[in-house]
Amino acid sequence: MPDQGPPSPKMTARHLAVRYGGKLALKDVDLDIAAGRVTALIGPSGCGKSTFLRCLNRMNDTIPGASVTGEVTLDGEPVYGQGGLDPVLLRARVGMVFQRPNPFPKTIYDNVAFGPRLMGLCREGADMDAVVQSSLESAGLWNEVKDRLGTKGTGLSGGQQQRLCIARAIAVGPEVILMDEPCSALDPIATAKIEELIDSLRDHYTIVIVTHSMQQAARVSQITAFFHLGAIIEVGATEQVFTAPAKELTQGYITGRFG
Amino acid sequence: MTIGEQHIVKSYDVELGKLGDALARMGGLAETQLASAIQALENRDGELAGEVVGGDSRIDSLDTFINEQAIKVLALRAPVADDLRTVVTALKIAGEVERIGDLAANVAKRSLVLNQLPPVAQTRSVSRLGRLSLAMVKDVLDAYLGGDAERALVVRDRDQELDEIHSALFREILTYMMEDPRTITPCSHLLFIAKNLERIGDHATNIAEMTHFRITGKALSEERIKCDTTASLTGMPGHDEL
Repeated sequence: MPDQGPPSPKMTARHLAVRYGGKLALKDVDLDIAAGRVTALIGPSGCGKSTFLRCLNRMNDTIPGASVTGEVTLDGEPVYGQGGLDPVLLRARVGMVFQRPNPFPKTIYDNVAFGPRLMGLCREGADMDAVVQSSLESAGLWNEVKDRLGTKGTGLSGGQQQRLCIARAIAVGPEVILMDEPCSALDPIATAKIEELIDSLRDHYTIVIVTHSMQQAARVSQITAFFHLGAIIEVGATEQVFTAPAKELTQGYITGRFG
Repeated sequence: MTIGEQHIVKSYDVELGKLGDALARMGGLAETQLASAIQALENRDGELAGEVVGGDSRIDSLDTFINEQAIKVLALRAPVADDLRTVVTALKIAGEVERIGDLAANVAKRSLVLNQLPPVAQTRSVSRLGRLSLAMVKDVLDAYLGGDAERALVVRDRDQELDEIHSALFREILTYMMEDPRTITPCSHLLFIAKNLERIGDHATNIAEMTHFRITGKALSEERIKCDTTASLTGMPGHDEL
């Protein structure tokens, strides 16, 4: 166990509930997201794990008919409601990587530089070059693309595109990175590279990952939360959840005995 | 959705079932081997002892089968939670049962030597010790196969009694040898037999602890009180493998 002591929460959710139109997708969820750890959200389709993830950077705001109640905080500051963080600034602090790699139809360089430009984080030229390089290095992609930064990002392989999206998220200096099934469209080798990347990013970022792969959750996370029917059934140290889960429902799900 | 006893993938259940069946057969064989070894000792029955010595290979081949089957399930199914505990404990318990089989065969082998020597009165006490260890083995295997953590803990507690009886018996046989040096040869063999039977209790205790882990997910950490005082009598290590 490399992790010592109780981690302090980077983000918290209290009584979080989400409705899509009349449908209650998430009901009264409390969860702390530990700083500097990887938290995996697992559960069957429609259990609310992606909905929960999207609440953390207000992605649900963009869905018509979605309403969010309850409380989410980032470093103790409210994310929703009056006095809540500005969604654009929030999303710079809480970045997101999606299921399918979605690079912009621009050059590799411009993909990474897009966020810093939009946010006015640095000047073009040497400053921007440095940000692009360090972001691509952090995403483990630099050596593969350094000689073709001017080519289209969409021309890369799937795994490279996903790492480019991670570099793009890192470029604006986020504190939290949300990943919604980042490897589901990738082959095992590209998946292993992303998992290795997640492990190395943990030193600088707090990561929340939604995954359908039990083994991936077991491999990359330190904390696992199991969602079922819009509620959290169990949350605990990943090792504990996968060797001796406290709840029968969790056990049934992770062992494949869910009927 | 509901949680069932069965996995969605049925062949997974078949593979886990094979593991359980093999362990049940192996445990049953070890019990029979031990019971026969004790009977052969008591009755100076050379034929029965010979059967025990020859029968050990069947336990060994089941141990090999369980090892292969467990590795297969680990590689192909990546078991988690209770399934993981079932596979890992099956692997470890098979090792313990295999040792019990070896020790029973060793008891039978030594009984063949004893048959060539004049009878010693303490043989009866040693076979009583054997029946106690046999009862522990039987109960702990029943607890494992029946998924009964409480019963496993009861077996674990009984090991102390076995250790105490063994220590008392050790002293008794030692005194006997000192009184009549002509008994040294048979009594030495009897001491080893007693030690083997005491070791069987230790293996049963290990199985009890793994049974508890398999069922509850909690490892028993607390150290048991050791009542084997024979080491202090002889200066020998208390848990020498024979």
